[in-house]
Amino acid sequence: MGHSTGSGGHSELGHIVPLKVYRTVLAILLVLTFITVAVAQFDFGNMNLVVAMVVASVKAALVALFFMHLKYENPITWLYAAIPIFLLGLLLGGVFIDDPFRISPQDAVVAAAPAEKVADDHGHH
Amino acid sequence: MSHGEHAPVLDDRQGPPHIHHMDPPTAYHAAKFGMWLFLATELLLFGVMFAAFGIFRWKYFEEFHKASKHLNWMLGAANTAVLLTSSYFAAMAVDHAQHGRNKKVLSSLGITIGCAVGFLVIKTIEYSEKYHHGYFPGGENFHQYKTFLPLYFCMTGIHALHVIIGMGLLGWVASLAAKNRFSERYYTPVEVGALYWHLVDLIWIYLFPLLYLVG
Repeated sequence: MGHSTGSGGHSELGHIVPLKVYRTVLAILLVLTFITVAVAQFDFGNMNLVVAMVVASVKAALVALFFMHLKYENPITWLYAAIPIFLLGLLLGGVFIDDPFRISPQDAVVAAAPAEKVADDHGHH
Repeated sequence: MSHGEHAPVLDDRQGPPHIHHMDPPTAYHAAKFGMWLFLATELLLFGVMFAAFGIFRWKYFEEFHKASKHLNWMLGAANTAVLLTSSYFAAMAVDHAQHGRNKKVLSSLGITIGCAVGFLVIKTIEYSEKYHHGYFPGGENFHQYKTFLPLYFCMTGIHALHVIIGMGLLGWVASLAAKNRFSERYYTPVEVGALYWHLVDLIWIYLFPLLYLVG
């Protein structure tokens, strides 16, 4: 719940964010978009993906915390914002633990060591 | 509800509509929490597609790498800036509503919806480009990137659908602002509508670099 700013005192409703915060957040978001595009012009291999996802997550956090007022929300809202992120982590984690190490039936028949090839291919990126 | 004796009155700055058994702050927080719950399910809807994208990118890296070079990153970046700006004005609309400035709510939401139209126009340019080069499903070049392109169209298509739904939602909120319905004591639809819009922005923040830049 809000800690009321100014003279209003309608603290039983939402928090009123200073306008300067919105403007600053928008400016940072646009700068981060520029950085994302600039970094992508160079080839850092898999680091490109890491950088892009880290910058995207910073942007997403800014949108959630300030535009969506999550910073001023109660713990139960924080919990329900965190649950899908946790579930998504489970899904991605489970998929990547499982799928890359599967050997398809064709591969098993055609070649003796297909898993090595797959691992090799990936190593070059 | 409209037949009841407690039907909301449409007078200027009337305050919250009467809801049985709930005081206005409780109704406000319940509505906002309801939207957060819904947004959690939305995140999982897109999350499944992100997981699919991740695993196929891992498996068919070369295809994804080449395919993403066919996307116009300048249009993608322009659309990112457009959506971020639209989100800023949605946040501004909430601020104006919190101060009971209905006319400014209307104009802020007008800019947000205008940005949404701009986003869809740019998206249409991209889609028609893909269509003319035969990269649409059924096109003669579709098979070249038959793993990447379905994911691209699915993810951007469902996102665009959310943009269209968001426009409708914010249009409805704007129509309430035009009737002077919001005040310091009641601005729930503005805040809840803006929350939905920010999520549409948030999803695109991830879609843009994944599809256009790192492939």
